[in-house]
Amino acid sequence: MTVRKNQATLTSDEKKRFVNALLTLKRNGKYDAFVTTHNAFIMSDGDDTDRVGHRSPSFLPWHRRFLIEFEQALQSVDSTVALPYWDWTADRTATSSLWAADFLGGTGRSRDGQVMDGPFASSGGQWAINVRVDGRNYLRRALGAGVPQLPTKAEVDSVLAMTTYDEAPWNSQSTGGFRNHLEGWRGVNLHNRVHVWVGGQMGTGVSPNDPVFWMHHAFVDKLWAQWQERHPASPYLPAAGTANVVDLRETMRPWNNVTPADMLDHKKFYTFDAA
Amino acid sequence: MSRLTRRSALGLTATAVAGLGLAGTAYAATASGPANGVVPAAGDGHTGHTGGMDHTGHATPAPFDEVYQGRRIEGAPAQGGAHGGHHGGYQVRIDGKELHVMRNGDGTWISVINHYETFANPRAVARAAVVELQGATLVPLA
Ligand SMILES: [Cu+2]
Ligand SMILES: [Cu+2]
Repeated sequence: MTVRKNQATLTSDEKKRFVNALLTLKRNGKYDAFVTTHNAFIMSDGDDTDRVGHRSPSFLPWHRRFLIEFEQALQSVDSTVALPYWDWTADRTATSSLWAADFLGGTGRSRDGQVMDGPFASSGGQWAINVRVDGRNYLRRALGAGVPQLPTKAEVDSVLAMTTYDEAPWNSQSTGGFRNHLEGWRGVNLHNRVHVWVGGQMGTGVSPNDPVFWMHHAFVDKLWAQWQERHPASPYLPAAGTANVVDLRETMRPWNNVTPADMLDHKKFYTFDAA
Repeated sequence: MSRLTRRSALGLTATAVAGLGLAGTAYAATASGPANGVVPAAGDGHTGHTGGMDHTGHATPAPFDEVYQGRRIEGAPAQGGAHGGHHGGYQVRIDGKELHVMRNGDGTWISVINHYETFANPRAVARAAVVELQGATLVPLA
């Protein structure tokens, strides 16, 4: 059974195995296919058009399915690997061990944003940015430049306290639901803000080019599980009959064989090291 | 990028927001809104003049064509009418290369370069992309 752990608690062997699995998927082209898929969805998910991966109720089940598929790809390389999660309410500075040279490497240099250390630095020759929207083929970051503060525990708690999963108009304008506040288009802004805080590719449509994408979304996914636990009587919404969005029992692209209902219980697929 | 550069870009955003009279809603939705310490600058009222309303009741941003930090940025309603779906019926170019933009339901904008924060109009999105590009050229997705 897969156990997803807090990245701050990983042993150096666990870090090494995770990094090596990433580098292998990069080498065989599977990694970039995930980047391409994500960008295709994020560019087509519009507020008044068909939307699946973002700015819609299925933001959470869609990314859960996307992460499971990626985690399985990692495990095809090394069966001991699980996706670690990054609790950005706790590890909230550029000096966190997450950004050390033995893990993800640090922020980019000011001249061009290029990450200069760690296994994903361009100089190592193992992490070319192939799926890109501009000419730069190196990993970039600008930790804390786009927005100075990561979300706090208190801000997370305020969003976890919301009782309704999502509400009309089921897009980036929904004002009262948990999903849109977690995604970050309204309210204290959790998920979107973290993308902006990391900067570089993480702020763009091709954000999975930065491996921290998976650890960020693994934590967002964990927050969804915590919210479910706290509000057992609050169902996924909408239940049925809603135009342009994925209802509880409708299938999600690109898989077309999985529904939000299938994704509600993460324990069928993995558990977390702590509640 | 330096925080100063980024802040100046946001200042321009705020100016444009004030020009459109959308300051309240647009800023509530941005990652770098007042809650995070960025105070909207006073608007000069000359940005965001409109060319009409679309079907959702939002003003279609006026065309623009200017040099910003050495890059030519252009924006105009898309050819063939304002029915471009999530593109908002609007096309933006940086040095002649298309910058993929999208209009949010509340009338704010994002681009493929700044995808997780919102801007008041296509010009502000284009300027933010110029800052973020640090001289790099836009390319169609590989
Ligand atoms: Cu996404
Ligand atoms: Cu994301």
